[in-house]
Amino acid sequence: MAEFQLPKNSRMGEGKVWPKPEGATNTREYRIYRWSPDDGRNPRIDTYYVDADECGPMVLDALIYIKDKVDPTLTFRRSCREGICGSCAMNIDGTNTLACTKGADECSNEIVKIYPLPHMPVVKDLVPDLTRFYAQHRSIEPWLKTTTPEPEKEWLQSYEDRQKLDGLYECILCACCSTSCPSYWWNGDRYLGPAILLQAYRWLIDSRDEATGERLDNLEDPFRLYRCHTIMNCSQACPKGLNPAKAIAEIKKMMVERRV
Amino acid sequence: MANADLKANRPLSPHLQIYKLIVTMVMSILHRITGAALYFGTILMAFWLVCAAAGPESYQFAMDVFGSFLGRLVLFGFTWALVHHMLGGLRHFVWDMGHGFELSTANWMARATIIGSVSLTVILWIIGFIVA
Repeated sequence: MAEFQLPKNSRMGEGKVWPKPEGATNTREYRIYRWSPDDGRNPRIDTYYVDADECGPMVLDALIYIKDKVDPTLTFRRSCREGICGSCAMNIDGTNTLACTKGADECSNEIVKIYPLPHMPVVKDLVPDLTRFYAQHRSIEPWLKTTTPEPEKEWLQSYEDRQKLDGLYECILCACCSTSCPSYWWNGDRYLGPAILLQAYRWLIDSRDEATGERLDNLEDPFRLYRCHTIMNCSQACPKGLNPAKAIAEIKKMMVERRV
Repeated sequence: MANADLKANRPLSPHLQIYKLIVTMVMSILHRITGAALYFGTILMAFWLVCAAAGPESYQFAMDVFGSFLGRLVLFGFTWALVHHMLGGLRHFVWDMGHGFELSTANWMARATIIGSVSLTVILWIIGFIVA
């Protein structure tokens, strides 16, 4: 159900204002969500100042600057720093995106606000618990399923059939889209969400896969698929420029087409 | 970690409070609100029909209610809700056919919905006043 207000233990308060770096002339202000499981306090927003002349251009550079030079307790995930691992997905400047591919100067506001991915349980600071998200991914069985005997070499696919996977296989499962979706906020326990449905479609239209009917049966449910109301936040958020809303619409079309 | 029920204590990260409003998202919210408003509008319509069936005095009563300033304001809102929900429905029809998912198209359709619904409502009312 839709609960618009945050639970009591999740309401945010004002946090600490950390000192400006000494001698810096070109600083940028960051307001960052903080929560630690160890002190029993509510989440709060800390203010940091980053010396833009001493820091790389991306928001992730700023986070690393803060962790290195201002506050080593700031906690966030990051790995590849080039938009391929999906670890540093978070809410920056009001939109879900990857900190490593978001330029600080791309933010619409002078003050850059950073929160964890929306409507998720927080492990610490900017680290959300993605357990359910991964379990949902597992539930669509994201692997090739066949019944015909295995060929001696690889399963062949025509150039045209391979092209159908473009715009789908590039997904890095960063969860930016799913956690941008109000339907997933209100019904994330039963609705699979855009990222997982895009993956479901990736296997549905794979010419080599032979479990299409079974896969569609699994999605034929008022919640799993049909909680998508084409709000389009997913496609607006995707840092890889993919279109989960379109993939979901294609699944809905497949559902109709197999009945007529 | 010292905390035994760590999981239960985890806060929920902020969502609506912090998410930037996007035109397609706002149109989805308005589609919901106007859809709900249409239930209310249908009650008004039923009220008018019942009054018309009950005789000239009650019909005149209904016309006085709807003819008052407040009545007209409510009817104006009803007209807008109807037109907006209809245009939103057309947008969803295009999507259900599998078209209009490119971000530029989706944003264009969202803007067209709100501009179209407001201008169509105003035009309908101008025609209404001219006819009356």
